[in-house]
Parts: sequence; C-alpha cells; structure tokens
Amino acid sequence: MTGLLQHAITLTLVLYLAGMVLGFVRLTRGPSAQDRILALDFLYVVAMLLMLVLAIRYDSDVYFEAAMLMVLFGFVSTMALAKFLLRGEVIE
Amino acid sequence: MISVWEPLVALSLVASGVVVLAAGLGLYRLPDFFQRMHAPALASTLAAWLVTLGSIVYLSWRSNELYLHGWLIIIVLSITAPISSAVLARAALFRRRQAGDPLPPPLLAQEDPQPPPPNDSPTEAADR
Amino acid sequence: MKRLLPYPLLSSGLLAMWLLLNEPFTPGNLLLGLLVALGLPRLVASLRPPAGPMQRPLVLIRLILRVGAAVIRSAIEVARGVFRARRHAPRGRFVQVPLELRDEHALAALLMITAVIPGTVWSELAPDRSALLLHVFDLDDEAEFITSFKALYEHPLKEIFE
Repeated sequence: MTGLLQHAITLTLVLYLAGMVLGFVRLTRGPSAQDRILALDFLYVVAMLLMLVLAIRYDSDVYFEAAMLMVLFGFVSTMALAKFLLRGEVIE
Repeated sequence: MISVWEPLVALSLVASGVVVLAAGLGLYRLPDFFQRMHAPALASTLAAWLVTLGSIVYLSWRSNELYLHGWLIIIVLSITAPISSAVLARAALFRRRQAGDPLPPPLLAQEDPQPPPPNDSPTEAADR
Repeated sequence: MKRLLPYPLLSSGLLAMWLLLNEPFTPGNLLLGLLVALGLPRLVASLRPPAGPMQRPLVLIRLILRVGAAVIRSAIEVARGVFRARRHAPRGRFVQVPLELRDEHALAALLMITAVIPGTVWSELAPDRSALLLHVFDLDDEAEFITSFKALYEHPLKEIFE
C-alpha cells in the first residue's frame, strides 16, 4: 500500500461520510415515512460500500462477508418497512 | 512499489466517492419524493460497480490470482435493489393517493376484457 | 440428461455462486456445490412460477451490455442534474408506457432494467399488464422517450421470452 492509494482511500471515506450525513439529515427530517425508508436504504448501501473500501484498506476479505450481510439486511428491512406502509402489517 | 493497477484502483474508489456524494446531495436537496428516489439508485449501481471493480483489481493484484468474490455482491445487489425500489414506489404512490396529492390516477385494465394469463401457462413444458 | 438436470441454467448459476462464496476451490467444496446445485432447484420448484423458455442468447448478451452502458450514461446524467439542481431544476414526471409484454419473467426483467437505470423508477403496473407507470428524472419529449424505451428494452425482451 503506497501513498497514492492511502490518500485515495481517505478521500473516498470522507466523501462517503459526507453522503451519509446528507442521507442522515433526510432520515431525521422526513417529511414523510417513505422518505425516511429511502434514506435508511441509502445508508445501508453506503455502509456496504464502506465495508468494501475497508477490505482494500486492511487487505482482508473478511469484509466481503460483512458487506454481503449488509446487502441482505438492508433489503429485508426496506422490504418489511415498505410493506408496512403499503398494508399496515408486515406479513399477511 | 508502484504498479499500473494502483492509479486505476485509486481512481475508481474516488469516483465512487463522488457518485455517493451526488446521491446523498440528491437525497437531501431534490424537492419531490419521486425525484429523490432516483438518487439512491446512483449509489447502488454506479458507485457499487466502481468499488467492486477497484476491489477485484486490488485483491487480484495483491494475491496474484483472480479474485471474483466481489461479483457476488453486485449480483445480489442488482437482484434486491429493484425489488425494494419498486415496492417502495408502490407504497409511496398508495399513501400519497390516499392523502389526496395530485398524482397520476391508478392504472386500470384498459385494453381488452380478457384476464391476464394464468400462472400455469404452457411455457412450463419447455424446461422439463 | 433432462431428468437429471431439469434446470441447467439455474443449477450452473448456483454452483458458480457456491464456489465463489467458498473460496478456495477444493474437491469437497465442489461436491457440496454440486449437491446444492442439483438439489435446491428441485426443492423450490413448487414455489417458483414455471420457468419459461429463454431464446436467443446473443440478443440477451447485447441487451445486458446495452443496459450496462445505459446505467453509466444515466448515472452521470442524474449526478449532473443533482449538482445543478439549484439553477436548473430537473423536469421529473410520470410517464405512462403502453406495454406489449405479457410474460411474467419478461416483466420481471423489465423491472430490473428500469430500477437499475438511475434515471427511471418503476412505479406501477396495470392489473392486466397493459401499461406501466414510470417516473423519469429529467424528460423533455415524452413521445420520443416512450418509443426509444420500447425499442431499446421491450422489443429485445419480447424476442428473448416470447
């Protein structure tokens, strides 16, 4: 790992953080429930990307497992919440 | 040790960072919910592709063998993301129509009176 | 052959996924992967809607490449639209696209295409599958969008699935 890649990874993480902060503002502000779900889904995806960048940063593939779980949990929670908005209950 | 791959990895990572920032900014600043729905799609497509490209190139280069683990994430993501976005869009349409927002009316069966084809269509025979 | 391997595409996909998940490649992993690839499709066969025929692999490959290119183009467009949203608000609106596709697998593929391309969001499908409501990020000519959408994505899907 040389200087160029180190700096690139730091810059990437800062950009991700900025994106996540903006998403978090949308999550807290709303205004409607679907906006919050959308923001939560976005945060899940960015956290997953963060895991992949950390896999490069620490040169380890354990993070791939974590990223995969992040994708699946994000999907399940978004589906459950959206389904709840649609019907008022999660499982019919 | 500087390799040809390193600038490529660095570039794809930073580019994905910019795309994620654009997505967050869109989520924050666009005025309407349906406009905002386009922004997170940026993160789950282009940004994810770029990061995966970077990690595949980097880890293959480090271990000197083709490392394709990252593909799985792209594939799983491109199966799950459309489903959640379509369900969320439907939920939003439903709720906003109930709230009386000016939206296009629900699509009705307009064409012919015949019902949609049943699930057990004759295509079943083809894969057996 | 048909009786042993009723779903060749699904089985090979499952096997590839298993081997990728369980790197490094060993004979034991291959054996387990084969077990999953041959057993799982049978176990879940009663759950899935029946698989349709997939014709014309060349059209399919061309469609996948086209969608990949469209994703990149559309993502750049959406990102540009977001960065200059203050000065030049994107003209997002709903478009109703009449559909000719009826096959459910083809419609699922169309859903994936529209959702993966950042500039379009699949919103609603008519109960008789005759029309589709899309939200488009930035649009000036509705009629032109509909004709190009149908030519680019719907017609290849019709060739592949029907």
